[in-house]
Amino acid sequence: MKDKEFDPAISARSMVRRGVLIFALQGIFVAGLAARMRFLQIDQADQYRLLAEENRINVRLVPPSRGLVYDRDGLLIASNVQNYRAIIIREDVENLESLLNNLQTLLKISDEKKQAIRKLVLKHSPFVPITVLNNLSWSNVAKISANAPVLHGLTADVGLNRHYPRGADYAHLLGYVGPVSDFDLKKRDDNDPLLKIPRFQIGKTGVEAKLERALRGNAGTKRIEVNAKGRVIRELSRQESSPGQSVQMTVDTGLQNFALARLGKKSASAVVMRVDNGDLLSMASSPSFDTNLFVEGISTNDYAALRDNEFRPLADKSVQGIYPPGSTFKMVIALTALDEGLIKPNEKIRCDGHIELADRKFHCWKRLGHEEITLTEALEQSCDVFFYDLALRVGIEKITQMAKRLGIGIKHNLPLSGVARGLSPTKNWKLKTQGESWVLGDTLNVGIGQGYVLASPLQLVVMAARIASGKVVEPRIIKRVNGVEQKIPNQLKLDIDPNALGIIRSGMYEVSNGIKGTARKSKIAISEISMAAKTGTSQVRNITSKERETGVIPNEKLPYNRRDHALFVGFAPYSQPKYAIAVVVEHGGGGSKVAAPIARDIMLRALYEKIPPLDAYPEEQRAKIAKRLKNLKLNPVRKPNSNKGNA
Amino acid sequence: MSYLDYSVRRIPTGFQRLAYINLPIIVILITIAAIGFMMLFSVAGGSTEPWAKVQMTRFSIGFAMMLIIAFIPIWFWRNISGLAYFISLFLLLLVEFFGVSGMGAVRWLDLGFMRLQPSELVKVTVIMFLASYYDWLPRNKVSNVVWTIVPLLIILLPAFLVIRQPDLGTALLIVLGGLSIMFIAGVSWFYFAISGLGILTFLFSTFYFRGTEFQFLKDYQYRRIDTFLDPASDPLGAGYHITQSKIALGSGGFSGRGFMQGTQSRLNFLPEKHTDFIFTTLAEEFGFIGGISLLGLYFLLIIFCGLVALACRDRYSGLVVSGITMTFFLYFAVNMAMVMGLAPVVGVPLPLVSYGGSAMFVLMVAFGIIQSADIHRAR
Repeated sequence: MKDKEFDPAISARSMVRRGVLIFALQGIFVAGLAARMRFLQIDQADQYRLLAEENRINVRLVPPSRGLVYDRDGLLIASNVQNYRAIIIREDVENLESLLNNLQTLLKISDEKKQAIRKLVLKHSPFVPITVLNNLSWSNVAKISANAPVLHGLTADVGLNRHYPRGADYAHLLGYVGPVSDFDLKKRDDNDPLLKIPRFQIGKTGVEAKLERALRGNAGTKRIEVNAKGRVIRELSRQESSPGQSVQMTVDTGLQNFALARLGKKSASAVVMRVDNGDLLSMASSPSFDTNLFVEGISTNDYAALRDNEFRPLADKSVQGIYPPGSTFKMVIALTALDEGLIKPNEKIRCDGHIELADRKFHCWKRLGHEEITLTEALEQSCDVFFYDLALRVGIEKITQMAKRLGIGIKHNLPLSGVARGLSPTKNWKLKTQGESWVLGDTLNVGIGQGYVLASPLQLVVMAARIASGKVVEPRIIKRVNGVEQKIPNQLKLDIDPNALGIIRSGMYEVSNGIKGTARKSKIAISEISMAAKTGTSQVRNITSKERETGVIPNEKLPYNRRDHALFVGFAPYSQPKYAIAVVVEHGGGGSKVAAPIARDIMLRALYEKIPPLDAYPEEQRAKIAKRLKNLKLNPVRKPNSNKGNA
Repeated sequence: MSYLDYSVRRIPTGFQRLAYINLPIIVILITIAAIGFMMLFSVAGGSTEPWAKVQMTRFSIGFAMMLIIAFIPIWFWRNISGLAYFISLFLLLLVEFFGVSGMGAVRWLDLGFMRLQPSELVKVTVIMFLASYYDWLPRNKVSNVVWTIVPLLIILLPAFLVIRQPDLGTALLIVLGGLSIMFIAGVSWFYFAISGLGILTFLFSTFYFRGTEFQFLKDYQYRRIDTFLDPASDPLGAGYHITQSKIALGSGGFSGRGFMQGTQSRLNFLPEKHTDFIFTTLAEEFGFIGGISLLGLYFLLIIFCGLVALACRDRYSGLVVSGITMTFFLYFAVNMAMVMGLAPVVGVPLPLVSYGGSAMFVLMVAFGIIQSADIHRAR
C-alpha cells in the first residue's frame, strides 16, 4: 500500500467526493420534482381544477353492435334491436332510497325488483353507469324523462339488445346471450374492457358462446365532458367501435322449423346433413324454448319450468344426448365382418329365435326365428341372431375400430355446447371404468347396438352420411365468418371395401323398400328419390326370462322413462345420396313405428325444399298424412332474395 | 492517523448507545409514516379499515425491528452480509417456482401469516453484500476488470430474477442502487461512460426489435412506455391513469381541498389508489403545500442519512449507508415522477406511505442498519 494513489486517506476522500456528487444529483432531481409539482399544482391548478370539477373528462366505452347471424339462405336468425333502458350512475344520485321509491311509484316495479336494483347499484363503482331496467316501453321512457327532477342520477337511454327472430327454432344451435357474470370472467382468460361493463351481453351457450370473440366486435371509446352532476355536456372525441363479425350457418330455417314442428311435443331429436360436404341443414332438439326470454332476463318461474321439465328442453339432444343405437348399429357390425372377410355376401346364417351363450339365452326380436337368411335380408328384417353371430366372429376391438371410422365414439368438432363423445367400448375401457373384464355377452349386446355402446344423433347422421358417400364426411355448421367461406375438411375415401359398402346400402334400401323391410310402411313412393334406411329400437331396461314367459310388456303399459328409444338413420335418394338423416325419439317406442314416419316427412321436406307433395307418399296413407301436415304448427319463412343458390 | 486518534476515539458500548441513537431520522420516519396512515384513512373513505390499521401494526413491528437492529453492532451486519444476500436470492428463486401471483405478476411467497415479497428484501441485501465486498477488496483492485465483473453479477443475478416476475420497476431500483455503490466505492469513471453507451444501445435495440420474436420486453411493458410517451394513445389503459393522476394532483391547487375532501383520487379512477398512486390523494387533499412538505421530509431524511454516511469511519458503514440512502431516494423519486407524469408507470410504491408489508419491513430494517452504523462509529 505504498502506492500513493491508493492511500486509504485519498481513497476515503474520493469516496466523499463521489458521495457528495451523487447527493447533489439527488438534490437536483428533488428540485425537478418540486418544480413539476409547482407547475401542476400552482401554474396549471386552475386548468386541472376546471377539468376535475366542472368539466370532468370521462372516457366511456362505446359497445360494438354484436355480429349478425344468418342461415344458409341469408335469412337473419340473430339480430340486434333497439332497447330503451334506464341507467343509474351512483355518484350522481342524491339519495338512493328516495330515488328507488320514486321509481317504484312511477313505473310500478315489484319490491323484489327494487331490492335487486339496489344490490346491483351498490355492487359497482359509483361512477359506472349501470343498466337497471331493460326493454322499457315508450310511455315509461316518457315518464322517466318527465319526472327527471325527482329521479336524480337515473336517465333513460337507448341501446341494442340481441333478438332471435326465429324464437325457439335455434334455441340449441345459436344458444343465447346474457349478462356477463363473475363466473364467466373467472372462466375465460379475456381482458376485453367490454366485459367490465355491468351486464354486458355475452354468448352463454351454443354458437353465440363458441364464436363469442368473432361476434362481439371491438369496443370504441368516447371522451365526454360531464359537469359536476355527471350530466353529459358534450362529446369531445369518439373512436367508433368495430361491430362483431357476421356469421352464416349451414342450417336451413324452413327445414329446421319443419323438423321441430314435426317432432312436436316429443322428447326427440332430428338431424339432417348434406352427404357431399357435411353441411348440417337442420339439428332439431325437441322440446325447444324461446331464447328471447333469456335475453330479456327470464323469470325464476319460467326458468324453473324449463329446468324441471321431464323432457329436458334446455339440453341439445342432437349433440348432447347419447343413446344405445340399437339396430342402427347393425351396419357397423356388418361392415366390420365384410371388411374382415368373415362373411360372404351370399352366406346364410340360421336364426332359431335365440342364441345360447354360457347358459344364457340371447333372443331375436322374432321369437320363432328367421330361418336361413343372408346379410341383406338380415338388415332388412333386422334379425338379431344374425348379428350376434357376426359380432362373435369379429370381436369387440374390430367393431370399435369400425364404429370410430364411421364417426361413433369420437368427438366431432362443432362449435356447440357440450358436444358428446358417445362411446365405442373396448376391453380396456371396461376394465378401467367398470373394474370388470370384458365377457362375450358384452360383445353380443354390442352386436345389436345395446350394452355399452352409445351414440348421439349427430354421430348417427355422420355414420349414415359416410355409408352413403363412402367418404369421411365431417359435420360442419358454420358456413361463413365475416363473409369468408369456412374450410370444408378434406374428405378422404373411407378405408372400406366399396363392394362391402354397396351391400350395406342395398340392405338399407330393402329396409325401406323391401316386402319385409322394417321401415316399409314409411317408404317414399317415388322411386327416383327412394330412401335407404335402418330402424332401431333400443331398450333402456332388461327383459327378464320370467317376463318373456308371460309375454313382454308392451311399451304403452310401461312408465315413460322405461320405454324403448325409437331410432332411425337413413339417406336419400338411394341412387344418388344427397341427404342423410337421423331421428331419435326418447322413450318413443318402436323405431319403425315412431321414428321412421317422422324421418320420412323431414327427408321429403329437405328433398323438395317445401312441404312435401302427397304423391311422394303411398296412396293408402295420403289422407292421413295430408291431415297431419296440415296440422303442423309451422312458422313460415319469408326467404330473402339474395344469396339464394350459392349455398 | 496518529496514535492519539486511536486513544481518543472510541465506540459506545452497553447502554451508552441509547444516547447516540440518531433522533432526527427517527422523528422524520414517524412523521412520514403518520402522513401515510392519514392518507390510507382518507382513501378508505374515513375508515381505519381495511388499510390504515394494518399499516400501523406493520409500522410498529417494523419500528421495533429497527431498534433491535440498531443496537446490534454494525460489524455483525457486515459479517452476515453475504449470507443475507444468498438467502434473499434463494427466496427469489423460490418465487420463481412456488410464487403466488397477483395482478398479473408472480411476486409473492405465501408464508401463511404474511405474503413476503422477496424482491423488496433483495434491494437491501444487494447493497449490504456489495458494501462488504468493497470493504474486503484491496483498494488498488477496485477498478480491475475481473473485480468489477463480480459486483455486476451480484447485481444482475437478482435483477434478472425480478424482471422475470415481471417487475421492471424493482429491477431498475436494484440495478441503480447497486451501481451507485460501485460508483461511490471508486470504480473508474471509464466503466460508467462505457455502460452509459451500452444502455443507450440497449434502449435503441429494445425498440428496434419490437414486434419481432427477439423483443426484450413483454407487450404490456412496451405499451406502458408508449403510454408514457403519449398518454392519449391508450385512453382506457395506463394513459388514462396518468391523465387522471395529473388531474387529481393539479386540482389540489396550492392549499388542497382539505382532509377527506378529495374527489378525484377517491372516485376509483385509479386502480392502485392505496398503493402506488397514494401520492395523488395527498396532493389533492393538501395541495402543493402538502406535496412539497412530504417531498421536503423525504429530502431531509436523505440529508440526515447522507450526514451519517459522511461521518462513518469504516468503509463498510459508509458504503452501506450511502447505498441504502440511494435506494430510498430512488423509491420516492421514481414513484413521484411516475405520478406526476414524468416517468412511465412502473410498480414502485411510495416508501413508508403506500400500503404494503414487505416494503415497510424492509425499509425499517434498512434504517435499522443505518442507525447501527451511526451508533457504532468511533467518536
